[in-house]
Amino acid sequence: MNFRKYLVLGGVTVFAAAGDSMLSHGMKQVGSISVDRLQSVIFAVLNPWVAIGILLLLAFFATYMTALSWADLTYVLPATSLGYVILALVARFVLHEHVSPLRWLGIALITGGVGFIAGGPEITTHPPEDKSVDQLSTVVAAPLLAKDARNGAPQVGAGKL
Amino acid sequence: MKAIYTWSAILAIVFASVVGDILLARAMKQVGDVGALRRRAGLGVVIGRTLSNPNFLFGVTAMAVAFFSLLFALSWGDVSLVAPAAASLTFIGNAVAAKIFLHERVDHRRWIAVGLVAAGVALLAG
Repeated sequence: MNFRKYLVLGGVTVFAAAGDSMLSHGMKQVGSISVDRLQSVIFAVLNPWVAIGILLLLAFFATYMTALSWADLTYVLPATSLGYVILALVARFVLHEHVSPLRWLGIALITGGVGFIAGGPEITTHPPEDKSVDQLSTVVAAPLLAKDARNGAPQVGAGKL
Repeated sequence: MKAIYTWSAILAIVFASVVGDILLARAMKQVGDVGALRRRAGLGVVIGRTLSNPNFLFGVTAMAVAFFSLLFALSWGDVSLVAPAAASLTFIGNAVAAKIFLHERVDHRRWIAVGLVAAGVALLAG
């Protein structure tokens, strides 16, 4: 795990939390959408909060996919669950909403869970990739990777799955 | 009767989310380390390889099914039941499915983490 990877995990966490709050805030302004006029949901994107929310959720999806490209699902999901904690803290200290003792307990449990995962390895499915291969150009790396038993095809970056 | 509908929809959300997450995780492992690939081949190759991966497309489809199941669940049940139940059950389902289908080594440390986060999410959203 290097700084860049922690930055990606932080991005997953913050984009998800911020995107959800923007969408929620925007949809409250738009008002409830009746079942017989479902197409009116299209006009909801005209609301700036909803539009920003959608952009943030796209950023969330991009960073989430990036994280899954080098880390286990069972690492990424708990590691990025701090977003729930961020939302609760924002509700308490920015929006001055009441946070019940049960919710504080929830925050403590999630934080504890993230602490448990943080010390372990981020990937367990195959041995860490040889970093030197990453530095080589495609031309040089291709014959090397062709011999690599883990890669079925002589294709740079092809995983084992 | 409404409770049965609600819980069926919740289980549909959990099932579709788990299928989606597993397929997306598998797709991205096939694409390979996105950061390294982008430095080597450019962002276009990363996006092209991701969007042309069948697991990615099925994964996104499963996520869409999960989203519509959520809409159904919300029309039958309270958000204070549906959101935490779906989120925490998805956490646990993902851990089991990742162990079985992705062969991730889910050790004690990770089980505890998943359990704590699932319980915490249930309390927070409840």
